[in-house]
Amino acid sequence: MAVSVRQVEDEALHVIKTDRHPEDEILRKDRLPHIWCPGCGIGVAVTAYIEALKRSDIPREQHVVVSGIGCTGRVAGYVNLDSYHTTHGRAIPFATGLAIANPELEVTVFSGDGDLFAIGGNHIIHAARRNVDLNVICVNNFNYGMTGGQFGPTTPEEAKTTTTPYGNVEDGFNLPYLAAASGAVYVARWTSLHFRPLRDAILRAFQKRGLTFIEVVSPCPTSFGRPNELGEGLDEMEWYRLSCVIDHDADLREIGLSMRKDSHIVVGNFVDVERPEFLERYERVIQRAQGQRSAAQEVGPESKRDQAQAQGGAA
Amino acid sequence: MAKKVLMGNHAVSYGARLSRVEVIAAYPITPQTQVVEELAEMCAWGDLNAKFIKVESEHSAMAACIGASATGARAFTATSSQGLLLMHEMLHWAAGARLPIVMANINRALAPPWSIWSEQTDSLAQRDTGWLQFYCESNQEVLDTTIQAFKISERVLLPAMIILDAFFLSHTYEPVEVPAQEAVDEFLPPYKPPLKLDVDDPHAFGALVGPDGYYEFRYNIQKAFEEAQRAIIEVGEEFGERFGRAYGLVEPFYVDDAEVVLVTSSTITSTARAVIKERRARGERVGLLKIRVFRPFPFEAVREMLLGVPKVAVIDRNLSLGHHGIFHAELKSALYGQRNAPAVFGFVAGLGGRDVTPRTIHQILDIVGSQEEPDRDVYWIGLKAKAEEGQPAGNGRKQRQRVKA
Repeated sequence: MAVSVRQVEDEALHVIKTDRHPEDEILRKDRLPHIWCPGCGIGVAVTAYIEALKRSDIPREQHVVVSGIGCTGRVAGYVNLDSYHTTHGRAIPFATGLAIANPELEVTVFSGDGDLFAIGGNHIIHAARRNVDLNVICVNNFNYGMTGGQFGPTTPEEAKTTTTPYGNVEDGFNLPYLAAASGAVYVARWTSLHFRPLRDAILRAFQKRGLTFIEVVSPCPTSFGRPNELGEGLDEMEWYRLSCVIDHDADLREIGLSMRKDSHIVVGNFVDVERPEFLERYERVIQRAQGQRSAAQEVGPESKRDQAQAQGGAA
Repeated sequence: MAKKVLMGNHAVSYGARLSRVEVIAAYPITPQTQVVEELAEMCAWGDLNAKFIKVESEHSAMAACIGASATGARAFTATSSQGLLLMHEMLHWAAGARLPIVMANINRALAPPWSIWSEQTDSLAQRDTGWLQFYCESNQEVLDTTIQAFKISERVLLPAMIILDAFFLSHTYEPVEVPAQEAVDEFLPPYKPPLKLDVDDPHAFGALVGPDGYYEFRYNIQKAFEEAQRAIIEVGEEFGERFGRAYGLVEPFYVDDAEVVLVTSSTITSTARAVIKERRARGERVGLLKIRVFRPFPFEAVREMLLGVPKVAVIDRNLSLGHHGIFHAELKSALYGQRNAPAVFGFVAGLGGRDVTPRTIHQILDIVGSQEEPDRDVYWIGLKAKAEEGQPAGNGRKQRQRVKA
């Protein structure tokens, strides 16, 4: 059926005039308004996640969101999905428990740079090494925004925060490099400007078995943008537009961020490899052990171990 | 001396600065963060000659303080709630290693469900870690106690925790006398540890001991807590002589002839004091005992004040789940078996930062006034009616007439 231009316009107007937001069905309206500041990039990341979720063939009931603490930690409370708002830094271990107890779930950890790489820094490297089936979306705003803008694990050298009022003396983490080195099977970095590539990266992460990691570079105009003269959220988006370089084959060692206005931000889908996921390997060991056991059962009904104990041997 | 208008968190920072702390290691958490923000600013300006490090978790913050203190540096940190809980392992270590680290903890309720509001259960859950614990009522007391804590800690070689209510003190501005640096320097000389990590005089720390040695280590810590009682009193008196504000283990208010004494800590004390004044004006014989020091628990001071008083009511903004309010339980253990021990009523109020208003305190006094002795183990004050229906009453003790709380 042909659709007239008028119809399309009417439909568009209807969308504009309506009280409904296109993502209302996945958002918990009862929790709104949200706490995020004007110009913050977390909302873009959430919308990209919701759009990816709608396009994924995994039923909505199987999607779970786990968050830690901080501004991004609030995501778990705003989505109309099964979710868990966990403690400082512990999103990944909570999520690991969910993912291995119920492998049917599509578990996404949504948290910030401080939560995932400082207080919870140990967990991400081990979850990646272990290759647990988790999607980790890290909104990186280069500081602890919720507590008022202290420096954290991704704050670039020289950057100003409330606890480095005259410049940071430490280097920040290069997150894609760290995730890839730890064993993540999918690693991407986009900014809150790159809505569609971000959505597609999340969709790809849903398809992957194992630990996927997506960094979302985000403005934090209130806490990080102000002392570092990055302007309003939109100014920072404009800067992303001018300074971002898409390079899927980038040398990950070279893509650390300085967040200085004269620097580039390298974005892309950097890693997409296959490696057996934790539960697959776990099952393999169980099957092998059971194979050995059934061989032993040919001798008698008890396990090899029980027989050894019954005979007074060391177990 | 200068009078400044300071929030509780900044009163801690000023206290730490005047104490000339040398290493500060911390991790941000609401509602503590301004303590270390202000200190970072002081370090950056050169007003404080300290090394400031923002580490990757509270566990690391305390570990870094332990390392710094082991070299003989004056180490300081501040935290709250979940952050304090994450430090738990290191808290035992700091005390066992006899390191006089000072820390401020802003009392905040524990999750889940998430809350950022005031409750004392976070610090009281650390009562067995071997830390001295001071519960502060005002921003002035916060600043003064921070300075005293270093002196006391360094004398008895035990770490100290200065504790203040989230928001009621941490974010509330009050006029505070800030002592002159020279006066504080005279009061608090540089820390001279008896043993430290020193390349010129090597020692090994933290080694394994067998059952033939461990027991005595613990005995020595317990003796240090006894000594701490004396130290707190003497240091509090000396502080009074030098700065005009003396402090002790407990603080009585109209206790002498009282028939009912409220026992409180932290900011609830100020509210209670106003209510006691009002009731005294009406001729009622009511009094108040503030417990400032929870560890070491002031057994003698409490007995001296409360034996012979007919009725005592403890107000706890904290709870040992499955037991009582924690001050209530500890107070009863101090009074048990003593001649002329009072009837002790325990009230749990204000959990998760719910307001404890003069009306709440009046309710409590009305309940205590209407009964000779408590008819249940714990009274919940201000509980919403729906929750109260499901509440089991007492522990099978014969129920007297139920008083509407």
